Amino acid sequence: MATIELINVEKKFGSSYAVKPMNMTIHSGEFVVLLGPSGCGKTTTLRMISGLEAVTDGQILFDGKDVTWLHPSDRDIAFVFQFFALYSHMTARENIAFPLQAQGEPRDSIRKRVEEVAKMLRIEHLMNARPGGLSGGDQQRVALARALVRRPAAFLMDEPLGALDAEFREAMRAEIKRLHIEQNATTVYVTHDQIEAMAMGDRVVVMSAAVVQQNGTPAEVYHDPANLFVAKFIGSPGMNLIQGHYADGKVALPGDNRYTVPADWHTAIHEAIGRDGDIILGFRPEAAHISASGPIATTVYTTDLHGSYTMLHLELDRDTIVDVRAGRGTNYPIGTPARFDLDPAMVRFFDPKTEAAIHKGGNP
Amino acid sequence: MSSYSQPTRRRHLGDKRLIQMFIIPTVVLLILMNVFPLIYSLYLSFTEYSAINPTPPEWVGLDNYKKVLSDNLYWHNFAVTGRYALISVSLQMIVGFGLAMLLKEKFKGSGLLTTLILVPMMLSPAVVGAFWKNIFNPSFGIFDQFLGYSDPNTAPEWLGDPDLALWAVVIVDVWMWSPFVMLLSLAGLSAIPDYLYEAAAIDRASAWFQFRRITLPQVMPLLLIAVLFRTIEAFKQFDLVMGLTGGGPSLLQGTQAVNVTETVSVKLFRLAMPPQAQTGLSSAMAYVVLVIIIAISNLYIRALNKVREG
Repeated sequence: MATIELINVEKKFGSSYAVKPMNMTIHSGEFVVLLGPSGCGKTTTLRMISGLEAVTDGQILFDGKDVTWLHPSDRDIAFVFQFFALYSHMTARENIAFPLQAQGEPRDSIRKRVEEVAKMLRIEHLMNARPGGLSGGDQQRVALARALVRRPAAFLMDEPLGALDAEFREAMRAEIKRLHIEQNATTVYVTHDQIEAMAMGDRVVVMSAAVVQQNGTPAEVYHDPANLFVAKFIGSPGMNLIQGHYADGKVALPGDNRYTVPADWHTAIHEAIGRDGDIILGFRPEAAHISASGPIATTVYTTDLHGSYTMLHLELDRDTIVDVRAGRGTNYPIGTPARFDLDPAMVRFFDPKTEAAIHKGGNP
Repeated sequence: MSSYSQPTRRRHLGDKRLIQMFIIPTVVLLILMNVFPLIYSLYLSFTEYSAINPTPPEWVGLDNYKKVLSDNLYWHNFAVTGRYALISVSLQMIVGFGLAMLLKEKFKGSGLLTTLILVPMMLSPAVVGAFWKNIFNPSFGIFDQFLGYSDPNTAPEWLGDPDLALWAVVIVDVWMWSPFVMLLSLAGLSAIPDYLYEAAAIDRASAWFQFRRITLPQVMPLLLIAVLFRTIEAFKQFDLVMGLTGGGPSLLQGTQAVNVTETVSVKLFRLAMPPQAQTGLSSAMAYVVLVIIIAISNLYIRALNKVREG
C-alpha cells in the first residue's frame, strides 16, 4: 500500500485556479476524505492524483517515487467513478475481469480472482448481467469489484455513492468502510456529503474555493473548525456563529445579552483581537442547554422534533437565530421566552476580520 | 333532443372521415404503385411473357427460375455482383472507419474537412460515372498520371481491361460511399463516453486492448448498420456500372463471352427492356435478387440484435 504525497500541487484552467497550490500527505492504509461543496477542487485533486488530469505545477509522489507525469496506467491505482463508468457492452463478470485481462493474466487465475471479489461484494448472482440491467447499488458494487480485483496500491473514489438512492447509500457506506478495513488499502475518497465524510474518514480534508480549509480527523474538524467556513459546513445544522463585541472578558451579544467568556480563553482572545474588539462566538447545538438561570435570553422561534431530540430555533433578536438541541420531554411553545447556558469546554471564538478560529493554545 | 344529437353525430363522422381522407389516398397509391406490381410481377415470373408482345402471359411454372438458377450466363452475373459487393463493402468499411478514427479527435478545420469528405456522397451517380469515365481515360485522364504513367500506350486501361474493369467500379464506389461509412462510424465513435477510456486507462489497458475491447464493440451496432446499407446498395448496383462501363468489357469464358462488370441489376435491365423484353424471365430474376437481399438483411439484423443484447 502506498503513501501519497502532494507537494505544491496546483491546477489552473487559463488564469483561474481549480486547485491552489496544496500540500498533503496520505499515509499508507489511511482513509482520507476530500470534502467540500461542488466546484471546490476536490474532484480535480483526486483526478490529479490518478493522473487523469495533469497538474499545472507541483509534484505527486507515491511511496517517495515521483509519478507526476506518469500515465494513470503506470500508477497502480484503482478509480471508482461517480457514475460507475462500467463497460456497458460487457457483463458484470467481463467488467471485473477487464483489468486482469488487460495485464494478460492467465485465464485460470483471472477466473479465481474474479470469483473471490464477487464473493467479497456478494454479487455472485449478478455476474452474467449487463450494467444496464442492474440497480445503481449493484452497478457500484460491480465497479468496486473491478477496482478491487487487481489489488492496487491505492483506491481513489469520486463520490461513489453520489448517484445512489438514500437507502442504498447507507448500506454501501458501511460496505466501503468494511472493505477498507479488510483490505487496509490507502483510500482517497471525494464527497460533498459531510455526514459521509465524518462517518468514513480517518482524516477529513475540507476544501473550498480551490483551497484546503482544514485537514484533520473528523473530531477535529467538527469540534475545532479552523475557520468560519468549516464551522458552517460541518454538522447539520452547522455551528451557531453569533456576531458580538468583546470587552472586559465579556461578549456583548444581540438582544442585550452578555456572555462571560471562560477565563482560559482571555489570553488567546487578547492576542488575536485585543482587549476590545469584534468577535464571533461559535457553539454547536449540543453545547447549549436550556436553563432558567442561563445568561442568554431568547424567544422560541420554532421547534423541530427529530425523533430522539428536539431542535429549538431560538431568537436573540430579529436577525440572530441559533439552533439549540434539547430533550424531547419538554414543550417549548412558539413565542415563549427561553434562556440557555453554554458548556464552557465547547465554546469557540473566531476573528471576524480573518475568519480564522482563535486557538486557546496560541495561534499558529 | 335533436339539438344535442346533431353536433355529436357530426363530430363523430368528422373524425372518422378525416382519418379516411388521410389514409385512403395513400393506401390506394401504395396498392397501385407497389403492391400490384409486386404481385403481378410474381405472377409474371411464372409465365412466358413479353411486355412488347400482344400475346397474353403463358403459364410455364418454375421454368424461368430453373433457367436463372442453372444457366451459367446468369450465374456469372450473380458471381460478379457477389464479388463486387464483398470487395467494395469491405474496402468502404476499412476506408470509412479509418477516416472516422482520424477525424474523431477535433482539430482546427476538422468540421470543414469532414464536410468536404462527404461531398462525393451527395453527387448524382450518373454524374459521378460520367466524370470518372474521363478520369480513368488512359490518354487524358488524371488517374493514370496520378499513378505515374506518362505514356498513354502503356498506361492501364481501367475501363477496357477485363482484369481491371470491376476494380475501377469498386474504386469509384469506395470513393463515393466510404464517406457514408465514415459518417455512421463518427456518430458511433463520438457516442462512446470518455469515462470508458478513463476507466480503461486506470485498468491499465493498452491502446490496442482499448480499441479491441471498448471502441470496436461500442461502435459495432453502427458498423453493422453501415454494412447492411452498403451491401443492399451493392447488390442493387446499377447506375455506376451503366455510367462507367455499361457492363463491359466482355471476356471469353470457355465458349461463352461474358461481360465482366455486368451486375445482376444491369443484366435485369437488359433482359426486361427492349429489344430483349423478356418480362417473365426478368421478373423471375428480380425475385431471386429480392430473396437474396432479404436473406442477407436478415443475417445482418440477427447479428445486430446479437451485438445489442450480447
